[in-house]
Amino acid sequence: MTTARDGVAVQLTNLRRTYAGVNALDGLSLDMHPGEFIALLGPSGCGKTTALRCLAGLDDPDSGTITVGGKDVTGIPTSKRDMGMVFQAYSLFPHMTARQNVEFGLQLRKHGAEARRKRAQEMLELVGLSLHMDKFAHQMSGGQQQRVALARALAIEPQVLLLDEPLSALDAKVRVQLRDEIRRIQLDVGTTTLFVTHDQEEALAVADRVGVMRAGNLQQLAAPEELYSKPVNDFVADFVGVTNRLTGAASAGTASVLGTSVPLLPGSAQSGAVTVLVRPEHLTVSRDAAGNAAVVSASFLGAHGRVIATADGGDQILVQVSSAEVARFEPGARVKVTPTGDPALAVSA
Amino acid sequence: MTGQRAAFRRKQAIMRRVVIGLVLLFFAVPLYGMFSDATKDVAGKHWSLATWRTLLDFPKISTKYPDLKTGFLASVGLAVVTVVVMLVLLVPTMTWVRLRLPGLTRTVEFICLLPLTVPAIVLVVGLTPIYSWLTGWLQYFFGPTIGSSTIWLALAYVVLVLPYAYRALDAGLRAIDVRTLSEAARSLGAGWGTVMWRVVLPNLRTAVLSASFLAVALTLGEFTIANLFSRTNLQVAMYLLGKSDAQISVAVGLLSLVFAFVVLFAMSFVGGARSATSPMTRLRRAKKEPA
Ligand SMILES: Nc1ncnc2c1ncn2[C@@H]1O[C@H](COP(=O)(O)OP(=O)(O)OP(=O)(O)O)[C@@H](O)[C@H]1O
Ligand SMILES: [Mg+2]
Repeated sequence: MTTARDGVAVQLTNLRRTYAGVNALDGLSLDMHPGEFIALLGPSGCGKTTALRCLAGLDDPDSGTITVGGKDVTGIPTSKRDMGMVFQAYSLFPHMTARQNVEFGLQLRKHGAEARRKRAQEMLELVGLSLHMDKFAHQMSGGQQQRVALARALAIEPQVLLLDEPLSALDAKVRVQLRDEIRRIQLDVGTTTLFVTHDQEEALAVADRVGVMRAGNLQQLAAPEELYSKPVNDFVADFVGVTNRLTGAASAGTASVLGTSVPLLPGSAQSGAVTVLVRPEHLTVSRDAAGNAAVVSASFLGAHGRVIATADGGDQILVQVSSAEVARFEPGARVKVTPTGDPALAVSA
Repeated sequence: MTGQRAAFRRKQAIMRRVVIGLVLLFFAVPLYGMFSDATKDVAGKHWSLATWRTLLDFPKISTKYPDLKTGFLASVGLAVVTVVVMLVLLVPTMTWVRLRLPGLTRTVEFICLLPLTVPAIVLVVGLTPIYSWLTGWLQYFFGPTIGSSTIWLALAYVVLVLPYAYRALDAGLRAIDVRTLSEAARSLGAGWGTVMWRVVLPNLRTAVLSASFLAVALTLGEFTIANLFSRTNLQVAMYLLGKSDAQISVAVGLLSLVFAFVVLFAMSFVGGARSATSPMTRLRRAKKEPA
């Protein structure tokens, strides 16, 4: 249906961008494989938007290079970069219908009227809006507007698709629906895609690889499972998913935590007193009068439950349990919390 | 309870009518005065259409009162040129400042609003040396006729209408997300010209219209500057006419008001034909809804 175009490789190398003393980008490097869907994740103000705008040519890095498909694009104006963009703010041209919006880029590329019509129709069908082609932005819902924006960006068969928090203005349900749709369409057209978000679930759900940014720098770029199970530092571990910070002692690649030995991930502190970052699902809990912790609260969360306990050493512990078990852990009960032995990251305490 | 509210609403409706009536009266009385003055015979005793007949006899009037024709054409020309220059100057500048130099917003606003605080007479004092210098160059480049044409007054008029036009356009620019729209357009391959012409301008229709509206109204009614520079525009012509033939002058005054009204109404009709909030649409809507 769509004319899939082989994605191109994109390289950001050592990008720096300073705004009045703030290092929005502080030596950012990022390699995107052809056709890859990368999500950039990070707290507010870490430079995600700046990175995307530099790639789009809407902002110029102070130094560093950007290559797209092997060609250096630094200095090429936005209008010549051939990148499809979807913005956080609604960006449809208010005086044009959905179809005219989608045709805009094609018109600038001097496609004939018939070809334009056909392509616009295809793209609007692709995003599921074939019934709304003649509506104006103010006659559409936020989700519909963003779909049109996506269709408009894809209509020009861009080299790279750039999405800057396109879903953040939408309500939760539409957000999930549309993000899955974006992924489906991206796989369909095969365009190299950079998707900026500060919602980790969103990033993990759709991306081939997720880049976690902090203060203008990339902390880790890895597939979602790897990012979750093998964070390279405590910032990534903390930012992606929920994690316990438990005191322990490290030696020779393992750490003793809550009386159990846990293998350590590469990059961990190797000796002495450490803080070990353990996921709630990498802990088990059982009633045990001679245990090592006391239950503070237990809650039912639908698919699973969660027990919060205080270790005898003083650490707060969060343990994931099956929902059937929740009732067993009334507040005050003595329990034994044991790590399952999955590798964890340790940082010097 | 409901009876009370209905009574209150009735009272409000009556108040509204009274106020509107008073306002209309305020405008109507002088207009009626002008009308009756112009529609009497020379002695001012009996009703007569003589003045209007003279006025409608175009060949005669343009030979008998040549200033009138000159002034009228000059004013129309001035209105058109003022609007065009104002738009060409302001729309790109304001858009550019908004997109690229947001730090300059205050400065530009200050400069544009400045003429509001300067009385026309002071403006003329300031403009006199500029114009004498300018006229020299204009005559050098365009020859004596064009060089000293009334049309150059448009430059002064642009300054005059700057504050009003700025306000109108600023409101328009505030109403749209120029930044995101222009970035979207650029990412789709549009250069700055295309962004301006195909994205910004169409969305500023209403604002451009009201800015032009104000500019036309102001230009058609301008007297001070033209008079002090000894140029003949419509108002100056009417003033000159008033010295020789008061009746004709009053009739022309009335006609010029009607003319200005028609021009403004036509502008709102043409410009707003497609927009949902044009005066005509509002009128139609108001008619459909029971009062
Ligand atoms: N035009 C600008 N002028 C001054 N500072 C800016 C500008 N744009 C960005 N910054 C600064 O650069 C840093 C990075 O901004 P950026 O918009 O890239 O963050 P972000 O990761 O996209 O954040 P968010 O998740 O809130 O969108 C921030 O500290 C911000 O204050
Ligand atoms: Mg951002």
